[in-house]
Amino acid sequence: MSADALRIALVGNPNCGKTALFNLLTGGRQKVANYAGVTIERKEGRFVAPSGRMLQILDLPGAYSFDAVSPDEQITRDVLEGNYPGEAPPDLIVCVADATNLRLHLRFLLEVRRLGRPVVLALNMMDAARRRGIVIDVAELSRRLGLPVVETVAVKRGGAQALVERVDGELPQPSPAQADDAASRADLHAQVRELLAATVRMPRQTAELDDALDRWALHPVFGLAILAVVMFLVFQAVYAAGKPMSDLIGDGFGWLGNHLATWLPAGPLQGLVTDGLCGGLGTVLGFLPEILVLFFFILVLEESGYLPRAAFLLDRLMVSVGLTGRSFIPLLSSFACAIPGIMGTRSITDPRDRLATILVAPLMTCSARLPVYALLIAAFIPSRAVLGMFNLQGLVLFALYAAGIAGAMLVGWVMKRIRRDRSEHALLMELPSYRLPKVRDVGIGLYERSMIFLKRLTGVILALTVLMWALSSFPAPPAGATGPAIDYSFAGYLGRAFAHIFALIGFNWQMSLALIPAFAARETAVAALATVYAVGGETAAGLGPALASHISLASALSLLVWFAYAPQCMSTLAVIKRETDSWRNVAISFGYMFVMAYVASFLTFQIASALA
Amino acid sequence: MRVQCEPFLFVIGSTVRLSDLPKGALAVVDRVDDAHANDPIAQRLRDLGFVDGESVQVVACAPLGADPLLIRIGFTRFALRRAEAARVAVRSEVAA
Repeated sequence: MSADALRIALVGNPNCGKTALFNLLTGGRQKVANYAGVTIERKEGRFVAPSGRMLQILDLPGAYSFDAVSPDEQITRDVLEGNYPGEAPPDLIVCVADATNLRLHLRFLLEVRRLGRPVVLALNMMDAARRRGIVIDVAELSRRLGLPVVETVAVKRGGAQALVERVDGELPQPSPAQADDAASRADLHAQVRELLAATVRMPRQTAELDDALDRWALHPVFGLAILAVVMFLVFQAVYAAGKPMSDLIGDGFGWLGNHLATWLPAGPLQGLVTDGLCGGLGTVLGFLPEILVLFFFILVLEESGYLPRAAFLLDRLMVSVGLTGRSFIPLLSSFACAIPGIMGTRSITDPRDRLATILVAPLMTCSARLPVYALLIAAFIPSRAVLGMFNLQGLVLFALYAAGIAGAMLVGWVMKRIRRDRSEHALLMELPSYRLPKVRDVGIGLYERSMIFLKRLTGVILALTVLMWALSSFPAPPAGATGPAIDYSFAGYLGRAFAHIFALIGFNWQMSLALIPAFAARETAVAALATVYAVGGETAAGLGPALASHISLASALSLLVWFAYAPQCMSTLAVIKRETDSWRNVAISFGYMFVMAYVASFLTFQIASALA
Repeated sequence: MRVQCEPFLFVIGSTVRLSDLPKGALAVVDRVDDAHANDPIAQRLRDLGFVDGESVQVVACAPLGADPLLIRIGFTRFALRRAEAARVAVRSEVAA
């Protein structure tokens, strides 16, 4: 099947809408956003053209030039030149260009044309171009380039009709292949200027709206203030909007558990269903609304084109702590999960900046930590207004996120001091046009994230919860035992053994035990605590009150701080290994985070205990 | 911090560094100079369209130390650090 499919590669400058076009053609649901470097890997999809021919579409990372400077640009160059392992060069190259920003996009097209393969130019975002009064003489452009040119609107249904018809037809004649050297490369710009002068009329160079928004968003004073307000509102909203829904889900599962308990015969099975599944998994599922609220804001920010502006505002600060403005977007996505964040560092051109970003990315509070934070904050921090407008619980949550960021800055600064390489590295970052986020894209993003969460919940978290339940329930206490049954279980012994390590930072044995499954998935700490306390018969009034009656405020704060800095989950370590191909980097990140978490929790516990 | 929008006068036939161009002033690129032999950053700048005759303008300066700069080149916007912008020599638009 795949042998006779026509292989088509989508290429072009970053952020010209290749992936949106890919999704439109193949019905795919790949992530799209409004900044350079969203797509960092080759993605493949297929669809059947009206003629019945199978078309295989390859979506490639954006590139400015064949002189690749980052790992993602390199993939694109290798695939096009036929040097990518296990991948034949494409039969047809569709060069996607942003019609509102043709100068660099056409230059890349000219580079692609020199490969001597069949090329079609897709002028994307034609709707935006028309709105801005940009007039393109498509027929003349096609004649001068000597290749077919079609108009597309990748974000509209049917917007790729002309492209489908074109690629379904006969392959266009390739231009003669040409060698690539510095002199001919410099010449490309001159050719582009000639093309533009002859075929494109633009009323003004940049969109008026962008200029107006940038006057505020990039203003030295207002710009920073806007950034701070945006970030603060996001975290307040996570709490304000997510919490009521979480409570509803938690109550629902509590009710379900009680009902199931009356149906099922008393015994181990009843314990597993009510304590483990309803109590443990139900509690974790309850945090889905908070996670979705966080994702909603991240997706909207990504789509709007604001993130590269934030990177611009913060570049100098990030350089001073050994990072780069380009680190900003991967670090922001690490608030969702460190894994896509670490993979996103591929768009960072410089290996040194990239490694520094990878090492600090796990310090950004990922959404898997949110259930732990939310549970402990709800149980220990009173919900009261501060300064009449902020909720104290929201402020503590914000402080935990800030602690992660401050930790990352400290670590980055230390790394900068240690390393010897002081050579210069470039920023060179394009700022895209602002765009109104598309409901469909945000919807797809939220749907994908919910599915990932539910898969984790019904996979690794479920398995670990059942395991924790089994460890807490067996073996049964010996005849004549006086203490609670759980003290005699495997969990009791394991927890007490671990508690020696964590006694100094104020963790009891239940908390110490919960850290073990949390290493596989952070949220499981909540399910594990719920299970352990439920088996111990302590959660009649819910997990929060049970914790509050067994754990001191100092211990709870210490646990919160621990989760802010503790070594990340196993999957993150695995991604660090894959992305840096070095066990040494895995050991460094695990080691420094363990030490940092232990020291910070120790200080928190000791200070809080002394003050109490 | 250099934040000014007054008309900027070039000495006829001379060039200034893009990093010294006042905010808002219009100019055209003259050339990109290598900071050292085989300077990859200079090559990248040329690939990104910093070539002779391209119109250029400093649109904004970042808040901390006025670094990086937001440069409009042709109809794209690029964030450039001062050290990167210093590689670009620009001249007056009319004298082109």
